[in-house]
Amino acid sequence: MLTNISSLLRAYAQKSGAAAAVSMRSYSDFTPQATFEIKKCDLHKLDEAPATEVVMTREEGLKYYHIMQTIRRMELKADQLYKQKIIRGFCHLYDGQEACAVGIEAAINMSDHLITAYRAHGYTYTRGGTVKKIMAELTGRRGGIAKGKGGSMHMYCKNFYGGNGIVGAQVPLGAGVALACKYQGNNELCVCLYGDGAANQGQIFETYNMASLWKLPVIFICENNRYGMGTSVERAAASTDYYKRGEFIPGLRVDGMDVLCVREATRFAAEHCRSGKGPILMELQTYRYHGHSMSDPGISYRTRDEIQEVRSKSDPISLLKDRLLSNNMASVEELKVIDVEVRKEIEDAAQFATTDPEPPLDELCNHMFSNNPPVEVRGTNPWAKLKSVS
Amino acid sequence: MLLLFLNLNRNNQSEDNVSLNKVCHLFCPYFSNESVPCFLYRVVPSFQQQRIFVTSLACPSWSLTSTVMAAAVRFFIRGANSRLSVGTGTSGSLGAALLKLSPSCSSRSKTQRRHAAHFTYQPDPVPTQYGETQKMNLFQSVTSALDNTLSSDPTAVIFGEDVAFGGVFRCTVGLRDKYGKDRVFNTPLCEQGIVGFGIGAAVAGATAIAEIQFADYIYPAFDQIVNEAAKYRYRSGNLFDCGNLTIRAPWGCVGHGSLYHSQSPEAFFAHCPGIKVSPHKVKDNIKCSFTDGDPPHHSRAVMQVPSQSPVGEDPTEENYFAGCRQICDLLSVFFQSVVKTGRLLVSHEAPVTGGFAAEISSTVQEECFLNLEAPISRVCGYDTPFPHIFEPFYIPDKWKCFEAIKRMINY
Repeated sequence: MLTNISSLLRAYAQKSGAAAAVSMRSYSDFTPQATFEIKKCDLHKLDEAPATEVVMTREEGLKYYHIMQTIRRMELKADQLYKQKIIRGFCHLYDGQEACAVGIEAAINMSDHLITAYRAHGYTYTRGGTVKKIMAELTGRRGGIAKGKGGSMHMYCKNFYGGNGIVGAQVPLGAGVALACKYQGNNELCVCLYGDGAANQGQIFETYNMASLWKLPVIFICENNRYGMGTSVERAAASTDYYKRGEFIPGLRVDGMDVLCVREATRFAAEHCRSGKGPILMELQTYRYHGHSMSDPGISYRTRDEIQEVRSKSDPISLLKDRLLSNNMASVEELKVIDVEVRKEIEDAAQFATTDPEPPLDELCNHMFSNNPPVEVRGTNPWAKLKSVS
Repeated sequence: MLLLFLNLNRNNQSEDNVSLNKVCHLFCPYFSNESVPCFLYRVVPSFQQQRIFVTSLACPSWSLTSTVMAAAVRFFIRGANSRLSVGTGTSGSLGAALLKLSPSCSSRSKTQRRHAAHFTYQPDPVPTQYGETQKMNLFQSVTSALDNTLSSDPTAVIFGEDVAFGGVFRCTVGLRDKYGKDRVFNTPLCEQGIVGFGIGAAVAGATAIAEIQFADYIYPAFDQIVNEAAKYRYRSGNLFDCGNLTIRAPWGCVGHGSLYHSQSPEAFFAHCPGIKVSPHKVKDNIKCSFTDGDPPHHSRAVMQVPSQSPVGEDPTEENYFAGCRQICDLLSVFFQSVVKTGRLLVSHEAPVTGGFAAEISSTVQEECFLNLEAPISRVCGYDTPFPHIFEPFYIPDKWKCFEAIKRMINY
């Protein structure tokens, strides 16, 4: 009889050991919320600053952890698939910068708008895309979020305008979206992201001027990961204080590796915009572990020690995990359960992405124009015309 | 186009060459080695331990001789397989070949198709009139040209995104170490700024070589190129010019570039008077564009082709070559060739509507209308943005060109 009980228990433990352990502890053991002290932001033309003492609840903490871990795993899986040549083309990975995506999303609503450049997988996820659709888009299959026609750099979903390949080109678009929000009077705003390399593009400055002139509800966010492809910021920019580059636009410099810092700063910025004061500029100081893209090893312009140092001292997921554990807001097993869940989700998504069929060849010419009768598209030979349907 | 087949049973290539030349002189007294405007290639198929030389020559349109020669072609192909003309010595097989020459050919052998499948490419002999030569690929030749320019011209500077370490296409490798960081330097990420800056440097007298990392990124600089660079000399009445400016921009698909790393924007620039767009003979162009100061050289834009070109294999097409001045020279070559062959196929990766093939087609049909045996065929990309997953279906590859050639021949 005892052997029966023990074998039962063993079987149960084997099935979900961590879950069994968790279920033995009740949730009242955990602290429901805690106050954290975060880094102060540098200010430019601002009298007030975001709060430095913030509250995070247990649910929030676990949610942020889940999302950041998903993004991290998803990017690492994309790395793996790229090396197996299942994903081809250009692939710009976001691991190391998860706190930015998660922090921003935590401070805005789903009805707000967001646009970014090509390092967009994380944002696609936080804005509502599923891992399955993202990975299928990376491999170019019909289940992809853009029907397999866009690839890594062109992912879109509701209120998320991509995913843009040309550096800096998305910033004027973001201002336009903000104008639409203002015009429609729906109290929405647009978060417009770009990188430290793009900060030197002319169109950014044109956009600053327009946004400030017409008081558009846009948050310009410069994700400063210290390297524009292979060029460090010192060698590319006369002024590396990107938050001051807006000059007449108020600015904030934020620690982009701490999800709570990013959340607080974005909350502050969103309030600024929604109150009609016009645009605001945020610089998130962050770091990417991978190279610029998959064809860049990432070590020819920086040392492995530097990457290692950032990974050990400022990794966003580790920071959050430490906070949760040290304040007794979660247990190690609980976090492990989340890890396992995330891993499974990514595996399933990768499986789907690898086995889904490619889009049919008719899609080659579709969606060029908006037309009721299908348009004929001239092709490689004058006798071969394809149809374009919208 | 004339094909001359020679059935030889020797392994010694040089002797084959000698005998080939003998035959050439025998059959075509008008043939000379220099004046071959189309192309000359020797193909050596190796099968059944017999070696066959195929040489394509351009001869005056002597229709009788062409028919005779074409018949000889078909005969020898059949002959090779049925071992009709196996000889032990060069002269023996030559004699046999000559004797068997007959204008009337009957059925085609079904092995003909099989013979056509396998060829070994023999490159042309190295030209010796320029001195010592070295085999290089495209990137190396660009680097070499830039090297020569920087060494001969003290005002030459190279700049662009990431050129210092060698560039993403490795065209500036080693130049910074050799010439210093004030002559080879990186710019921030601003195409409009790079080109505008280059124009200014060229106007002030420096030889400026600006690099745009991918041609897809050139559009922010489009205004600078078209409105500033191209018109500078004209609007200042030759007082100022930016003839010393070269803009290098890799274009074309790379196999996985998708929408923004694969475009071919040459048609946009070819339409603009005042700039030269050239995708071929990059090294010569870079060199002559720096040394040549005669009018009407306007500011030059040199574009280069990445080495993985999908239309590289079959040399029967005319890959286009655009430009204000050179186009006159090149088109005359096209015209001569079309006069002789009667057919033209133009191919490029850019979308077909408004692409440069349209310009070539329309000019050729103006000049050579009566010589054309079939409509000029354009094998180009579809009128869509360059696709992500559909790239292999989009590009005008050798099979599409082959299909077009077949249709033209059977028109």
